[in-house]
Amino acid sequence: MSDTTLAPPRALDTASEARLVWLRFRRHRLATIGLTLVVLLYLVAVFAECLAPFSPDKSNARLVFHPPQAIHFIDEQPDGWHFRPYVYGSKLARDPVTLAAKYVLDGSRKTYLRFFAQGDAYKLWTLIPGNVHLIGPADPSEPVFLLGADRQGRDVLSRIVHGARASLSIGLLGVANSLLLGIIFGGLSGYLGGKVDWFIQRVIEFIISLPTIPIWLALAAALPKDMSPFGKYFCITLIISLIGWTELARVVRGRFLALRSESFVTAAWLDGCSRSRIIFRHMLPSLTSHIIAAVTLAIPAMILAETALSFLGVGLQPPAISWGALLKEAQNVESISAAPWLLLPGAAVAITVLALNFTGDGLRDAADPHGH
Amino acid sequence: MGRFIIRRLLGMIPFIFLVSVTVFLLIKLTPGDFVSNYAASLAASGETVDDAMLESMRARYGLDQPVIVQYWDWISGVMQGDFGYSFQWQQPVISLIGERIGLTLVLSVSTLLLTWAVALPIGVYSAVRRYSFGDYFFTMIGFLGLAIPGFLMALILMFVGVSVFHTDVGGLFSPAYVNAPWGWDRVVDLAKHLWVPMVILGTSGAASLIRIMRANLLDQLHQPYVDTARAKGLSEITLLIRYPIRVALNPFVSTLGFVLPQLVSGSVIISIVLNLPTAGPLLLQALLGQDQYLAGAFLLLLCSLTVFGTLLSDILLALLDPRIRYQ
Repeated sequence: MSDTTLAPPRALDTASEARLVWLRFRRHRLATIGLTLVVLLYLVAVFAECLAPFSPDKSNARLVFHPPQAIHFIDEQPDGWHFRPYVYGSKLARDPVTLAAKYVLDGSRKTYLRFFAQGDAYKLWTLIPGNVHLIGPADPSEPVFLLGADRQGRDVLSRIVHGARASLSIGLLGVANSLLLGIIFGGLSGYLGGKVDWFIQRVIEFIISLPTIPIWLALAAALPKDMSPFGKYFCITLIISLIGWTELARVVRGRFLALRSESFVTAAWLDGCSRSRIIFRHMLPSLTSHIIAAVTLAIPAMILAETALSFLGVGLQPPAISWGALLKEAQNVESISAAPWLLLPGAAVAITVLALNFTGDGLRDAADPHGH
Repeated sequence: MGRFIIRRLLGMIPFIFLVSVTVFLLIKLTPGDFVSNYAASLAASGETVDDAMLESMRARYGLDQPVIVQYWDWISGVMQGDFGYSFQWQQPVISLIGERIGLTLVLSVSTLLLTWAVALPIGVYSAVRRYSFGDYFFTMIGFLGLAIPGFLMALILMFVGVSVFHTDVGGLFSPAYVNAPWGWDRVVDLAKHLWVPMVILGTSGAASLIRIMRANLLDQLHQPYVDTARAKGLSEITLLIRYPIRVALNPFVSTLGFVLPQLVSGSVIISIVLNLPTAGPLLLQALLGQDQYLAGAFLLLLCSLTVFGTLLSDILLALLDPRIRYQ
C-alpha cells in the first residue's frame, strides 16, 4: 500500500480545448451580449413570418408614409385601469397653410394589440401554413404601424423582420463560400510553400489591392437584368465571397505556417500519413477556433457589402426584401425628411454588425492560447 | 534605395497589365453591349428599331470586333493617353473623367491624412492610458464607426442637415462654383464642402487604425528598451516619441496599402449618395449603361491608384525602417 494518492483532477485540467475556449469567451461581457444578440437576430430571420405583425407585401394606399405609433400599456376605462397594450388611431388632416396631407393623432380611437394575434395568413418556410403573429392588432383588419409605413403603406417593422432573412443568410452563405476558398488556397499555400505559395500570395495581393466596391459594382452590373430573384441572390453571394476569401486565406496560411513546424505534425508525417490526412485530420482541428473567430469577423463585411450593393440598385431588387433593398427607399433627401423611419433598416444593419464584431473579437481573444 | 524603387516600379508593369485585362473582361462579362442596351431603351420608348442602323452603330464603335481586338484598340489608345469615346455622353472619355478622378484623389488623400491625424494621437492615448475612461470611449466610438456603413452615415448627415440646419450637405461646390473655372475662390468653396464626405469616409478607417496603433504600441511599451530609456531619465513624452511610437508606426504605414483601396472604394458609394462630382455616380451610370470605355477608364484608373498606394507604402516603409532590406 502506498502513501501517495493522486489528487483528483480538477475540472479545468481535463476540460477539452473547446470548453476552455468557451470558458474564456464567457469572461468577455460584451462578447457574450453580442453572441446573444446574434442568436436572437438569426432566430428572427428564421421565424420571420410568425414574428412580423403583418405580411411584408400588404400595402394600403390610404396610409402612405404613416408615422410610427407609440404603444401605450395602461388602458383607462370607465370601470377602472386595465393592462392592455394599444395604439391610438390617426386621421388624415390638411395643413391649413401648405395644404400638405398630414396624419394627426385621433385620441378617441384605440387599436388594441395582443400577443399571438390571428392575422395575415402565411406559409412558414413556404411549407407550414399559419396565421398567428407574435404581436398584432386584436382585430386583424386594423392597421398598426409600430415603425411607420413606407410609400406604399406597407408596415416597415414587418419588412425589416423579413429583410433579416436575406441580409443575414447572405452573410452566412458568403462566408461559407469564402471559407471554402480560403481554406483550400490558404492551406495549400501554407502547407506546400515554395512556388505554389508565391503564386497564391501574388494572386491574393492582387485582389486585395483592388478597390472592392467598383469591382463589385462591375460584377453585379454584369448580371442579366431579367434574372430571377433567387438566381440573383446566389450570384450576389458569390460575387461578395469572390473578394472576401482573401482575408481568410491569409489567416489560414499564417496559422498553417506556424503549425507546420510543430512536433505533432512531424510525428504524423513520420507515421506515414498522407498530405491530405495531415492537413485535414491533424492541422485543421487545431485551427478551428481561429477559423471560427475569423469567420465571425468576416460576416459583417459580407452583410455590409450586400446592403451597399442592394442600396445602389445592383444587388437584390424588389420584390426581394433585404435591408439594403429597403434602404433604397430612403435614397434621397426628400423621402428621408418626409419619412425618417425609412432609415430604420440601417439601424438593424448597424446592430447586427456591432453584435457580430463583439462576438468575433471575444472569440478571437478566447481562441488565442497565449491570452490567458 | 534608387534601385529598389526602380525595381518596384518595373514590377508594377505586369500588375497594371493584369488590372487592365481584368477590368476589360469584367466589363465585357455583361451580356449584350451598349448598342443592344440602346436599342432596348429605344424600344421601351416606343420607337422603331432599325437593325441595319444598329449594325452600323456597332461597326462605328468597333463593337463588332472580337474582344481581343477591342482590348488591343483600347489599351494601345490608353498608353498614348487616349481613353476612347463615351457612347452615352458622345464625348471623349478624357474630358469626362479628368476632373472627377482628380477630385476622387483629392477626397481620398485628404481623408487619409485626416484619418492619420486623428488615429495617431488617439491610438497613442488609448495605449498609454489603457482601460481609462477615454480608452473605453474611443473603443466604443471605433466599434460604432466600423458598424455603420458609410452610406448610412451619409444619409443620416443629410437628414440632420435638412431637418436641423436646413441645408443640403450634398455636393462638393456651392451652386455658383459648380461650373466655374479653377481659382482660389473655388478651392476655398471646395474645402468648405469637402469635410462632410471626409468625416463620413474617414470614420471606419480611423476606427481600425486606432485599434492597430493601440495594439502595436501596447506590444512595445513593455519592452526592455523602454525600461532602459526610462531608467536613464528620459522624460515620458520624449521617451514615447523617440522610441516606441517610431517602432509602432511601422505597421501603420504598411496599412496604407489597404486603407487607400478602402477609401477609394468607399468614396464611390458615398459620392453616389451625396451626389459628389467624383468618380462614383458616373461609374455606376456607365456600368449600367454598358458605356464600356468610360467604365473601363474609371475602373482602370481607380485600380491603378490603389496599386500605386501599395507601392508608396512599401517605399515609405523601406525609408522608415532600416531593418527592411531592399530586396
